[in-house]
Amino acid sequence: MRALLLIAGLLFAGSAPALAASEADFKAAFATAEAAEKEAGQLRNQWTTTEAALAAAKKAAAAGDFDQAVSSAKEAEALAKASIFQATSEKERWKDMEIR
Amino acid sequence: MTMRLPIRLASVALAFAVVALAGPSARAADTPDPVADAKAFQKFFKDKFPQLKPDDFVNGPYSMNEDLHRQWEEKEQFPPYEFALEAGKEMFAKPFKNGKTYADCFPNGGIGIRQNYPYFDEKEEGKVITLELALNRCREANGEAPLSYVKDDMASLTAYMAYTSRGKPMDIKVPNDPRALEAYENGKRYFYTRRGQLNFSCATCHVQSPGERIRAEILAPALGILNAMPIYRSEWSGMGTTSRRFTTCNSQIRGVPLSPQDEDYRDLEYFLSYVSNGLPISGPGARP
Repeated sequence: MRALLLIAGLLFAGSAPALAASEADFKAAFATAEAAEKEAGQLRNQWTTTEAALAAAKKAAAAGDFDQAVSSAKEAEALAKASIFQATSEKERWKDMEIR
Repeated sequence: MTMRLPIRLASVALAFAVVALAGPSARAADTPDPVADAKAFQKFFKDKFPQLKPDDFVNGPYSMNEDLHRQWEEKEQFPPYEFALEAGKEMFAKPFKNGKTYADCFPNGGIGIRQNYPYFDEKEEGKVITLELALNRCREANGEAPLSYVKDDMASLTAYMAYTSRGKPMDIKVPNDPRALEAYENGKRYFYTRRGQLNFSCATCHVQSPGERIRAEILAPALGILNAMPIYRSEWSGMGTTSRRFTTCNSQIRGVPLSPQDEDYRDLEYFLSYVSNGLPISGPGARP
């Protein structure tokens, strides 16, 4: 019986809709993404796709769609972090491609 | 046990000897050597395309196969850069408001000097000076507004200056000045560094894959790639400068381009031009 109640509880929890993102969630996610993109800029290695994701996040937030805005900001953060990784690893790795 | 100590000592001595021998050669490998680089660079392309004459490389994709070469020959009969060339000739001769002209800013009145650009300015700022930069500085020194670096008037002016230098071998100097060597090395680093979301370096296309297709385009070899600048590109439906080529390359690999004539781009132009020394100026060029 206890097991059944537990399963029912889990099913209920799984089917419950996720809480909608708020403006504060967007602002936090956007600030994190923007900081990462700034770091990529200091490494002179920003990606156009990061810039596009940041712009999409702003646009969605302006339209009041904070779920989409948070999602785009998180995508921008991931892209910016990838560009930082690329710039850091290429500091020495470029020599592998050099014609000698 | 007594035998082990001498063996250990000998091992340590050997290890030090290896480090001592490896040290200077490892350092030497990191010291910029433009002469050796240019030699290796040109050999790489000559080995990769043994059927090409060295001078053919300046025709970019049109040198890559017979069909494309025929297209180039036909295109050269009514070259699409002709209008820009005429406009450039007029602009070059037209005096500024103060009565001076571009000819007053350049050695030999600006005629037949394209092969010497970019150069390293040892005397004043200790940086690379490209032809585009020198043209805008000339304008500003004479009270005129600078031109856009990427197209139109700048492309016309550089087209005319290249035309007066056609056939002259690229002749870039890297003086024995640590700042010049650093600029050269920075340009080389930029050329080989992967960037953008597509994770491409300049070398990915123009060293590893010249002659191959990337979508509908045939990639040009890096050797002699700047000798044809500026170019009329059918894809652009217009003329473009070296600055335009660099910025669009960066955008195409999904990297945010630097400002035209950013120091990194100037150093890149310095490196790429130096390793093409000896190949003739063929600009202005036309590309698909």
